[in-house]
Amino acid sequence: MAFRKWSLWDLTSTPFVGLGNFQTLIADPMFGKVMLNSVIWVVCSLVPQLLIGFLIALGLRKKFRFRGLYQAVVFYPWAVSGFLIGILFRWMFNSEFGVVNDLLMRIGIVSKPVPWLANPDLALVAVIVANIWYGVTFFSIMILAALQSVPDELYEAAALDGAGRWQTLTRVTIPTIRSTLVLTVLLRIIWIFNFPDIIYAMTGGGPGDQTQIATTWMIQYTQQGEYGLASALGFIIMGVLVVFTGMYLMLLNRERTS
Amino acid sequence: MISKDPRWLSAIRIVGLGFWLIITIFPLYWILLTSFKPANQIAEYPVRYWPRQFTLDNYTSLFQKSEFGSYLLNSIVVSAAAGLVATAIALLSAYILSRYQFRGKGAVMMAFLVTQMIPAFIALGPLYQMFTNLGLVDKRFGLVLIYIAMTIPFSAIMLRGFFDNVPDSLEEAAMVDGATRFGALWRVIVPVMTPGIIATFIFNFVNCWNELFLAVTLINTDDRKTIPTALNGFISSFNIEWGPMSAAAVLTILPTMLLFAFASRWIVAGLTQGATKG
Repeated sequence: MAFRKWSLWDLTSTPFVGLGNFQTLIADPMFGKVMLNSVIWVVCSLVPQLLIGFLIALGLRKKFRFRGLYQAVVFYPWAVSGFLIGILFRWMFNSEFGVVNDLLMRIGIVSKPVPWLANPDLALVAVIVANIWYGVTFFSIMILAALQSVPDELYEAAALDGAGRWQTLTRVTIPTIRSTLVLTVLLRIIWIFNFPDIIYAMTGGGPGDQTQIATTWMIQYTQQGEYGLASALGFIIMGVLVVFTGMYLMLLNRERTS
Repeated sequence: MISKDPRWLSAIRIVGLGFWLIITIFPLYWILLTSFKPANQIAEYPVRYWPRQFTLDNYTSLFQKSEFGSYLLNSIVVSAAAGLVATAIALLSAYILSRYQFRGKGAVMMAFLVTQMIPAFIALGPLYQMFTNLGLVDKRFGLVLIYIAMTIPFSAIMLRGFFDNVPDSLEEAAMVDGATRFGALWRVIVPVMTPGIIATFIFNFVNCWNELFLAVTLINTDDRKTIPTALNGFISSFNIEWGPMSAAAVLTILPTMLLFAFASRWIVAGLTQGATKG
């Protein structure tokens, strides 16, 4: 399909067009913007997710009363689909009756309601905030599991050597769980890159394509019935995926043999 | 960590965890609250954090004005059917992957892992064509089939991890006593693994329950839609009615939350093993 002119509006002729679909895509000024948005979407979501997730995992490492209950409650976003999270945040970021504006005004950060999802400069911020909120859970679960597998002897040894808290964290804990960190980050890059749901529900790629990423753009083409272009874009997305998946699998193998 | 934390560190931890708890729960609280507010209080500013009166109007109008009863039933039937079949097939594949050595086993595991990295919507166009040729478009049965294919690989990886934790000697003892291999699997191992199997089923059920893009593409008739497909119709309209919308969101989120809470320990174990050990 990627190599044919294939549109639902004209199924009588689906000639072979070779790389024509790819040329059409890459010549489109949207292409560069969409790729840039995809990178921003991945990086700006991933870094805060990782940091907050790590902090929460550290906070949960020690036993305390109600820890099990706390985990059960805090990890609930996992059970909810990205699409529904998008709907929830779309309502909270609503410019007329949204609770986000109300809170910001009560604190005094803004003086009048901000049209988050209608403003081309702010919409990308809003969808990334929602995505950060949604992804922290994954990192806290994964990192907590890794932290709990660090042997106590290492900490005892560090304490004997007179290492402080900070040194223990940077010289013992982080190096020990490094492989888990790298693997989860790689998995997450792949996952976020492939994750159109929140954007789809909050802005549909708008306003004016400002929040369009590769996958939302592809879905838009699919829903417009432009299967040839959508498949070509799918090919390009797959190319990106293959690179990162290859890296992930190589690391996974190295982990298993070591 | 053997040493006791100083007081300031404990304080930071409690404040930090508390703060995150509030941030996490707030969206859920907000959608619940909205769903019980009468229409005139949903559209008022400044916002109220506790309604003057609670009402069930949003829920009744959701069921009266839309086919929400059908959507709910479709979602339950499709997710349960796909989840059951996928779990059963994955159970057998996981058993083979766990107990037998065969050529190409590494490749199979690899294929299972890699297919997880590729989202289903990449192939929406070709899939739609294929389903048209097979006459499966706009049929719930077609959706079940595609969901089974979608959920098998990861279920197999998860279940394999659970099998690996069950020692071989269990079924060997049963086979010495004259049980067939399948009999040993069915009567000896499955009972031991029941929590893991239930967790896998729940994981599959929730994934199908939440799936959006395939369902939107393949289903057109209103009374065959699953919930996400219907919600997609709600948010595509120019004027979103946030009252019934929030009621629908609550009814979609709650079942999955309860199921996950029930099985979360097992799911977490299966996932962390699956993602970092392969």
